[in-house]
Amino acid sequence: MLHAAYLMPLLPFAGFVVLAGAGRRLGDPWAGWLGTATVAGSFVVACVVYAGLLGRGAPARSFTQSLFTWIPVGALQVKVALLVDPLSMTMALFVSGVSALIHLYSIGYMKGDPDYPKFFVYLNLFVASMLVLVLSDNLLFTFVGWEGVGVCSYWLVAFWFGRDSAASAGKKAFLYNRLADVGFLVAVFLVFSKTGTLNYGGIFAGVSHLGGGADTAACVLLFVAAVGKSAQLPLFPWLADAMEGPTPVSALIHAATMVTAGVYLMCRISPLLALSHDAQLVVASVGAATAFVAATIGCAQSDIKKVLAYSTVSQLGYMFLAVGTGAYEAAIFLMVAHAFFKALLFLGAGSVIHGLHDEQDLKRMGNLRRYMQLTFVTFGIGTLAIAGIPPLSGFFAKGDVLDNAFARYPALWAIGLATAALTAYYMTRLLSLAFYGDDRWRARPGDDAAPHGAARGHGAGGTDPHEGPWVMALPLVVLAVLAAAGGVLHLPWHPHWNPLGWLDPVFGTAQYAAHQSTGTLWALGVVDAAVAVVGLGVAFALWSRRASRPALEPAALQRAWYLDDVYDAVIGRPAQRLARFSATVVDAKVIDGAVHGVAGLTRLVGRGLRRVQTGYVRQYALGVVLGIVALLAWMASRAVS
Amino acid sequence: MSLGGGWYLGLAAVVFSIGALGLLVRRNVLVMFMCVELMLNAANLTFVTFARMLSDIGGQALVFFTLVVAAAEVVVGLGIVVAIFRRRRDATADDLHIMRG
Repeated sequence: MLHAAYLMPLLPFAGFVVLAGAGRRLGDPWAGWLGTATVAGSFVVACVVYAGLLGRGAPARSFTQSLFTWIPVGALQVKVALLVDPLSMTMALFVSGVSALIHLYSIGYMKGDPDYPKFFVYLNLFVASMLVLVLSDNLLFTFVGWEGVGVCSYWLVAFWFGRDSAASAGKKAFLYNRLADVGFLVAVFLVFSKTGTLNYGGIFAGVSHLGGGADTAACVLLFVAAVGKSAQLPLFPWLADAMEGPTPVSALIHAATMVTAGVYLMCRISPLLALSHDAQLVVASVGAATAFVAATIGCAQSDIKKVLAYSTVSQLGYMFLAVGTGAYEAAIFLMVAHAFFKALLFLGAGSVIHGLHDEQDLKRMGNLRRYMQLTFVTFGIGTLAIAGIPPLSGFFAKGDVLDNAFARYPALWAIGLATAALTAYYMTRLLSLAFYGDDRWRARPGDDAAPHGAARGHGAGGTDPHEGPWVMALPLVVLAVLAAAGGVLHLPWHPHWNPLGWLDPVFGTAQYAAHQSTGTLWALGVVDAAVAVVGLGVAFALWSRRASRPALEPAALQRAWYLDDVYDAVIGRPAQRLARFSATVVDAKVIDGAVHGVAGLTRLVGRGLRRVQTGYVRQYALGVVLGIVALLAWMASRAVS
Repeated sequence: MSLGGGWYLGLAAVVFSIGALGLLVRRNVLVMFMCVELMLNAANLTFVTFARMLSDIGGQALVFFTLVVAAAEVVVGLGIVVAIFRRRRDATADDLHIMRG
């Protein structure tokens, strides 16, 4: 049963190959159904392997499936091998499950797109790469998946590359990730030079060789890679721009799966991370800072998808806070819960955008609860879940993170709590603006800008907003149920019911919150809930009637603390100046000068030599004779001397 | 009486010089051709002389090759001369400088 593990990445990859070859022939919608079927098959295999793993005793729930040796060079033996253990299976289950739902949703969402089959080609390759990433048993093969998801993210963000904004957003995502990937590669070199292996098991067995700061260096370098992939400070601007991609892509890649790869990587190297308290403090601090900063930005955005993007950045910050405090189970718990409710929120947003004919501006929505009941209910569940209202999944997941932070870094806990209030605030603001208030979308016939409307060719039709087809509704319902009930994975006050506890063999049981008294946990839970309710109430009171409050949306927050402008001024402009200097001076003068110089020299020499060729045979003959005489004279002089 | 090898070599040098000088100073293509033949035969004479002096049959054998090649060259050369003569009613080498590259 366990030996079917290799099918998990292979099925979507086979789907990718078939769709790449024959996708156009299959067309709309059969290409989509094929893509969905392979990913669903992958989910079924994951369930089977999961069941097989559960059938074993807790200590034996880890096994490696070696497929073949990929790089056999001396001491460097890199295998293509899958590591099936509770951590990778948790990831594989939710990645394939959420991917299958979002594939299904895409069948409806992408209907009528001219590049419909291509979309599923990329999406299937993405799922295959993501599963390689989580299932690999060595750092280098993980890197293959890491880059695979990166390139799919690039293709999918720039899917509508006819728009300049989408094309440049794709490039931006790619460049930010490339920058961070340097950290990954250097970490791989460092780990190999110290331990002589890239195998996770081998690295953890040889951690003693990583003394003298090398452990901290390796962890921080891998964290740099995670900062890029998971959009943390200071590399998060790409994720907001990545919202140019189709909404299912935002839901799958930029909310549920790819951006959590950084968190997964840090969890995967947890035995290494546990050695370095400095690295843990760095991870926790960056996570908490990102959570807070991104939440403040989310409070002032007016594009529905950008709010969700900054919310994702903020939630990922929470996950890193949990990783930094050593509460890896809490990080995974929040990751799974976040995958449910954030995918739900994105798909709900996609449903709204679809219903309003590609309108993404919150200020042009309003009162949609009258027209899109299903979306409203499911979106509402997602909002309450992420805001942390008990007893939905977000309350337990976020509570778990905050409890652990409270035990280890109280200052970071305070930041996390403030972020929780902001989270409730901005999500309720979004809900109020979209689903309450007046029908602001009616006042837009033949309007001026229509920034997002032109892309897919729909006009601003006069019809009321409408729900999508059943393939779009079904994932919403399934995800809403999961987002609501996901909390049962780990209930803090109930020691005998803890499905997430099956991760213990991977992480050990070093949960800080476990050392707290039940009374403290109750108090913290009440504080979390109170903060969430306050944020929710304030936002609803402020935004459910009015759509415009400029005082609450300062330019600094709308412009994301001017981070993009700073990068532009510090890196972008000087680089452009350098490029212009290279083009006008270095290229035109130095390089062209050298080329033209050689040509001119040749021409000059040719002009001189042309005089020699007169056409008079006797002159040539004279030349020959003189040459012979000179030659003979030379030979004679040598013979004499 | 028999003459020493030096005499033959001297004769060859004289003939070669006459040929070379003639090639340089004459304008008529046919005369220049004959001068070339003089030079070739001077060379042949040297070959034969050295073959005798050094008792090496190789020099004499080479002369046959030279003769054959010279004959072939004359065929081509005369063909060109005839072709030029047909067009220009004249066979002056200097007039052909218009064919320079």
